[in-house]
Amino acid sequence: MTDVWWPGVALHVVSGKGGTGKTTVAAALALTLAHQGKRILLMEVEDRQGIAQLFDTAPLPYEERKIAVAPGGGEVWALAVTAQEALLDYLDTFYNLRRAGSVLRRMGAIDFATTIAPGLRDVLLTGKACEVVRRIEKRAPNAYSAIVLDAPPTGRITRFLNVNSEVSGLAKVGPIRNHADLVMSVISSPRTAVHLVTLLEEMPVQETIDAVGDLRSANLPVGGIFVNMTRPPMLTSRQLQAARSGTMSVVAIERSLNEAGLTGDSTVVTALMHEAHDHAVRVDLEARETARIVELGLPTFMLPLISEGIDLGGLYQLANLLRAGGVR
Amino acid sequence: MKLNAPDLDIDALLNDRSINIIVCTGAGGVGKTTTAAALALRAAEQGRDVCVLTIDPAKRLAQAMGLSVLDNTPRRVDGVTGPAGTGSLHAMMLDMKRTFDEVVEGNADPDRAQAILNNPFYQALSSSFAGTQEYMAMEKLGQLRTTASTEGSWDLIIVDTPPSRSALDFLDAPERLGSFLDGRFIRILSAPARGAGRGIGKLAAFSFGLFTNVLNKILGSQVLADVGSFVAAIDTTFGGFRERADATYKLLQDTGTSFIVIAAPEGDALREAAFFVKRLKTDSMPLAGLVLNRVQGDNEIELSAEQATASAERLEKLGADERLTAALLRLHADRQRIHTRQLHLAERFTAAHPDVAATTVPALAEDVHDLAGLREIGDLLARKRELKSRSK
Repeated sequence: MTDVWWPGVALHVVSGKGGTGKTTVAAALALTLAHQGKRILLMEVEDRQGIAQLFDTAPLPYEERKIAVAPGGGEVWALAVTAQEALLDYLDTFYNLRRAGSVLRRMGAIDFATTIAPGLRDVLLTGKACEVVRRIEKRAPNAYSAIVLDAPPTGRITRFLNVNSEVSGLAKVGPIRNHADLVMSVISSPRTAVHLVTLLEEMPVQETIDAVGDLRSANLPVGGIFVNMTRPPMLTSRQLQAARSGTMSVVAIERSLNEAGLTGDSTVVTALMHEAHDHAVRVDLEARETARIVELGLPTFMLPLISEGIDLGGLYQLANLLRAGGVR
Repeated sequence: MKLNAPDLDIDALLNDRSINIIVCTGAGGVGKTTTAAALALRAAEQGRDVCVLTIDPAKRLAQAMGLSVLDNTPRRVDGVTGPAGTGSLHAMMLDMKRTFDEVVEGNADPDRAQAILNNPFYQALSSSFAGTQEYMAMEKLGQLRTTASTEGSWDLIIVDTPPSRSALDFLDAPERLGSFLDGRFIRILSAPARGAGRGIGKLAAFSFGLFTNVLNKILGSQVLADVGSFVAAIDTTFGGFRERADATYKLLQDTGTSFIVIAAPEGDALREAAFFVKRLKTDSMPLAGLVLNRVQGDNEIELSAEQATASAERLEKLGADERLTAALLRLHADRQRIHTRQLHLAERFTAAHPDVAATTVPALAEDVHDLAGLREIGDLLARKRELKSRSK
């Protein structure tokens, strides 16, 4: 029987080195979780509008919007959060200051305030995610089943989530301090899982290993590793061995090409053999990197390269794979 | 990959003695640092005295260049010489906090510097402010440039840009930090009575009152007090952060500076590259061209994905003896498909920017770990080597 992963998690945080496709994985994860009638919020915090691009829709406002349906009637909603909007929201919720907030915004003061305190931005952004989690816990009528946060890249993820220590250098007491404590109590609980997206290449894998170490020493709950854009070996292990050692028979290949109706001159044979050699080197490298990921001892999911590029169809494909892998 | 764009002549750029700064920029994960290091090595081996400023190199790449310590000073890379003993390579990693501390120490008397360094707001600002890294990269670039002209230690600086949310951050963050530190709000925080009373209307005074009130509510009064004393401390010693940022920004518009935009053949990275190209044009910053990394190599044989797949199918029916060749053909078809898709994406970029020169670097099977690997990338950048020759 396959293991079932993260049924009790309310906040899924997805990070990864730039270029590994973390937005794609976050979206696929949201679709997976939305299976069977659930409602999932997919949230981004970096002003990149990556979700809108991925789902091919107009830029997302600061407003929860339905962007996709999942098999079985589930829904994925999306929200793009900026620090400014989150601050206005915060002022409104806790101090009833929405009108004052808009005056301040026109003055540029909101921008200033989110800039002045480096930790403030992150507390506001993670705070918004935690507000959605609290809705779940209160069983509010507008509650989602879970939230997937497309978070900053691995290099910054621990600092981003560890708002407590970030704010402690800044504010020892006061409302923002209390807010940070509240956020931290959600983020460091078993209701949260921080997932990391990587490719089978040395640098992304190294960053993933480093991030797992950082997250663990900050007592943040590490979820799973998503190995993105994998490609199965296209040659058998014997063929790879021959490709690696250069012991393929040029004559035999040339004969076969002629058999197939191709003019198998030696340039074609040499080119094909070079490709095979490259492929073998690549397969070896991927095996080494896979071994390093396995050593982490975390649930690991392999996601294939969608060679046509990622669109909604591709996301469903990835979501099905995650579901088959036990993600609930 | 043959792009429908003018060739970016890397060797001409590296040998152009009027160019003394090359900035490598682009989205995260496209190989900026490796490209910067490869360009620096190539320039040094062609006789230039080069300093490469890297922001966040992978450990093994750093080791390859002999950077085992992060001490914020350029270190000579051994084993690098150009023709007839000319040329040299220095490399350094940016330590953002250290750089900021040095700016403080270099511009304030010891007591005042210590007061600034101990200020909690300064500590937060110098270690985690969104944009400090970009600002300090620029600051360091300015410093290296000054060292270059006073001591003649190097005649070419190659700078790698920080792994920002957006490549544009490198250009925008220093200005943002500068105007933030010189801005009206921070002045008012540092001297509330003066700011609120003089020369501004009642409404504005009311708004500023509201502003400090709100900030106090959110952050607590201690934070504002820290900010106030920080600003008061730097006020008299600094010639204005904004001026510093402006000066470096001007350096980037200088004719001695050249930008290389780096991308990978995929949608996001090329979109980011397009933004950057547009921005450079708007700000009259000189663009050398585009480096397209990680291109699935095509080996100039005329065998399409469709042909290869059809032939593979035919061979597979013929039995076990033909399996190897069939597998090779399928592998070729797969690579060809990726190549076609990448070419399509690249052509969308070149069609929109027909005057931007470009060069491509094939996807390497393995990461780069040593000078030999960097040299090879340099050859590929300058089209002095076909990928074919490496897998013998």
